[in-house]
Amino acid sequence: MASERRLRIKTLVMVLAMVVCANAGDLMLKRGMSQIGAVQLTASGLAQAFRLTVTNGTIWVGIFFLTGFMLSYMTVLSWADYSYVMPAGAFGYALLTLLAVVFLHESVSPRRWVGVVLICVGVLLVGQTKPRTTAVASETAA
Amino acid sequence: MRVILALTVLILGSTGGEIAVTHGMKATGEPARLRPLALLQFLGRAVRNGWFWAGVPLMALSFYALLILLSWEPISLVIPASALSYVVGTLGAKYILGEQVSPARWAGVVLVCAGVALVAAG
Repeated sequence: MASERRLRIKTLVMVLAMVVCANAGDLMLKRGMSQIGAVQLTASGLAQAFRLTVTNGTIWVGIFFLTGFMLSYMTVLSWADYSYVMPAGAFGYALLTLLAVVFLHESVSPRRWVGVVLICVGVLLVGQTKPRTTAVASETAA
Repeated sequence: MRVILALTVLILGSTGGEIAVTHGMKATGEPARLRPLALLQFLGRAVRNGWFWAGVPLMALSFYALLILLSWEPISLVIPASALSYVVGTLGAKYILGEQVSPARWAGVVLVCAGVALVAAG
């Protein structure tokens, strides 16, 4: 079952890439938008916000990571089940909580810890199932 | 009422869009190798698939529904409620994409759904 093992490993690597890119992208967007400040919901306010966002380097780093997320998501879905990748990606929420505790020293409510544990157990359960249960179009030679 | 309507658009838009993209990606077939050139060719084939472009506007619609919901309700209500999409998406994967959802996978999905709701509720 070498191919089964290989499938599992490459799925795991892509899901990790997805989670890291999504979290890094969101973080950069949040940082960039807070540099810009609250957006005024008027025509001139929106125009100014648009100008500030497209000239903000942090925003572009965020867009770069979110593009990486979309590409890794599309790639992994070309071989793995949607019902495998989608719940496995929720690991990001648990990871974000751990990062917030370790690096930002945020305090986390007991309720949120219970959620983190449920996510981890759930992802482990899903991770044990077969990553692919449907047929995939035959591989074309590159 | 309008909150439930927007939430329905949010959940059905994101799961419907992702199911369409999954269908398109399965039709595209996996990249022959995970190398830059092979990946570029793979992406070129993917964006020529109609199902991919059916999924993108659905996801955009879902994103607008999320923005509108966030302007009405606190984030600690919106994100936990949207965690229902894990269950809806799994149902779609089973009945639309024909994936086999084993009892272990179902149990995992339900735990993830509850866990995301709790984490987002704070």
